[in-house]
Amino acid sequence: MIDLYRTMARIRAFELAAEVASQGGVGVLGAKVDERAKVRGPLHLSIGQEAVAAGVCAHLRREDLLTSTHRGHGHTLAKGGNVRRMMAELFGRADGSNGGKGGSMHIADFSVGMLGANGVVTAGLPIACGAAHALKLQGKPNVVACFFGDGAINRGPFLEALNWAAVYRLPVLFVCEDNRYSATTSTAGLTAGPGVAARANALGVPSETVDGNDVEAVSAMAERLVAKVRGGEGPQLLHALTWRVRGHVSVDTQAYRDPQDLQGALDADPLKRARARALASGVSAAQLDAIDAEVQAEIDDAVAFADASPPPDVAAAYTDIQTTGAGAWL
Amino acid sequence: MAVTRMTYAEAAVLAVANAMRDDPRVVVMGEDVGRGGIFQQYKGLQARFGAERVIDTPISEATIVGAGVGMALVGMRPVVEMRVVDFALCGMDEIVNQAAKNRYMFGGQGRVPLVMRMPIGLWANSAAQHSQSLEAWFAHLPGVVVMCPATPQDNYSMLTQALRGEDPVIYMENKELWGLQGEVDDTRVHEPGRAQVLRQGDDLSIVSWSAAVHTATQAAEALAAQGVNASVIDLGTLWPWDRDTVLRDAARTRRLLVVHDAVQPGGFGAEVAATAVQATGCRIARLGAPRIPVGYASRLEAVARISPAAVIEAALSLMADAPAAAAV
Ligand SMILES: Cc1ncc(C[n+]2csc(CCOP(=O)(O)OP(=O)(O)O)c2C)c(N)n1
Repeated sequence: MIDLYRTMARIRAFELAAEVASQGGVGVLGAKVDERAKVRGPLHLSIGQEAVAAGVCAHLRREDLLTSTHRGHGHTLAKGGNVRRMMAELFGRADGSNGGKGGSMHIADFSVGMLGANGVVTAGLPIACGAAHALKLQGKPNVVACFFGDGAINRGPFLEALNWAAVYRLPVLFVCEDNRYSATTSTAGLTAGPGVAARANALGVPSETVDGNDVEAVSAMAERLVAKVRGGEGPQLLHALTWRVRGHVSVDTQAYRDPQDLQGALDADPLKRARARALASGVSAAQLDAIDAEVQAEIDDAVAFADASPPPDVAAAYTDIQTTGAGAWL
Repeated sequence: MAVTRMTYAEAAVLAVANAMRDDPRVVVMGEDVGRGGIFQQYKGLQARFGAERVIDTPISEATIVGAGVGMALVGMRPVVEMRVVDFALCGMDEIVNQAAKNRYMFGGQGRVPLVMRMPIGLWANSAAQHSQSLEAWFAHLPGVVVMCPATPQDNYSMLTQALRGEDPVIYMENKELWGLQGEVDDTRVHEPGRAQVLRQGDDLSIVSWSAAVHTATQAAEALAAQGVNASVIDLGTLWPWDRDTVLRDAARTRRLLVVHDAVQPGGFGAEVAATAVQATGCRIARLGAPRIPVGYASRLEAVARISPAAVIEAALSLMADAPAAAAV
């Protein structure tokens, strides 16, 4: 529980710091970008959804793999991604995890098996299949966790990927983070039938639904499902019902959102719940406060590191494009 | 070394078979590949290497490419089959946003040595969605190598090279060439970005690739009979493309004609022509298909076909230093 709480607190602190650093950073409809903004690109925050990342990744080993969405900070942190380098990436600096080439939406840390956040909805699912297929062909005992949103299930690759994983009995845990919104639209009205769990079941991928804001419940379910996947029982799907507290992307005012719905999301805050649960189970407030302070110090350090890191060399614009033909003609 | 006579399709089978024999990381994925592929370009491979390495897939183009990316990131060297370039469009995001940019976007953490086979060119009476030549789309895309083999030897050599590189390769065989016979030396590996000068002449340079190379060669032979001597250069690889060879020849002949089966406007011929005229000041002309979808009826289809006669006409008007006949 303490570890789960720490992971969630780290994600929350990271994203709050990133949010502050992004103030004025994303220009919409010609709005001028504030030169002082450190994080300039689109920032999709997972505030309110931390329990899913923490609960699932708690059961992954370092050699296990992970694919993510455009909202990937939490997943990457929970998988053990380097906090300093991630923050530097958001700042667009040379020491960033992606050398400043990817930013928030492409955050990746291959060193811990995190194969990348993705700017294209649903694109992570086929890649997870391929990674899992490779693990199987390579005879490795590892699994792939594949995160995606409730909006992603309406693109063809969702169906293709679940079918593929089932046909080849691949070691994938599909994790649907159902925050009930696709950008600015409620997903319910755009999704026919009972939704993700039923679609998965129809394709022979067993699925279970959980309260995604209850980190212990997510963790318990993930523990069971990861064990099945690792045990060769084929792909499984974990459907986590959660709430997105912030807008879809940094500057979103959520004008489309029912204030009551937002209040419900705030009331369901997974961190508050985890804290209450920890206190009830005998953990002291001082212990929890110490964790908060510890992760805050870690994030402050990451921000300082990011801020001190230089921007990438202009020459880096020409590197890591390809081997054959690189520089043949710029 | 063994030099054997075989078809363009058989040359591809040989290249993949040798790569699979030598490198356990090489796997094939695609629709119907177990049965040899729709053009027999995988004939016998599943029987030889097993269904785990020659993987029959659902009709899931996007996942075929995306899984190829995932496999490649985790140390495999997949070959994915799209049947025809037209179906590759169902996996266009996986090709363009995932395979080509992965290495750059993730700061060099990933490598995607993925060979994507997507035949181009006309396919008799198969109409607008089975006959496209979209190589320029992919040549326009940073992060990939683009190969367009014109002969059995090229198909063997280029595919062998594609399977050895570290980059994603858009590998475009031509639907009209599967049955073409030729000699294949199985020790020859293609050098990417190296064009082949198939004929050398002093009057003009004709640059081409894929099936149009054969059209250009026929035309050059006919032109020679009329006393006009043309060089014929097969680019082979569109990216990286061999500027040096093209520019050297164009600087010598002072006239350059680019011929391709693809739609002319926005085609890769424009790139070659603009580069040549900028670098050498030579006279240039382009010849490609008009900007129309390919029709089903033979006479409609024929309008989209570049004939040797059209090449001859374009070459003669370039020789006359007169503007080519009305543009399409
Ligand atoms: C193929 C594609 N279509 C549209 C978009 C624009 N887009 C980005 S995120 C998003 C909503 C995704 O919703 P969901 O999958 O539920 O994830 P969430 O944002 O709720 O975490 C959309 C429509 C995109 N990135 N990719």
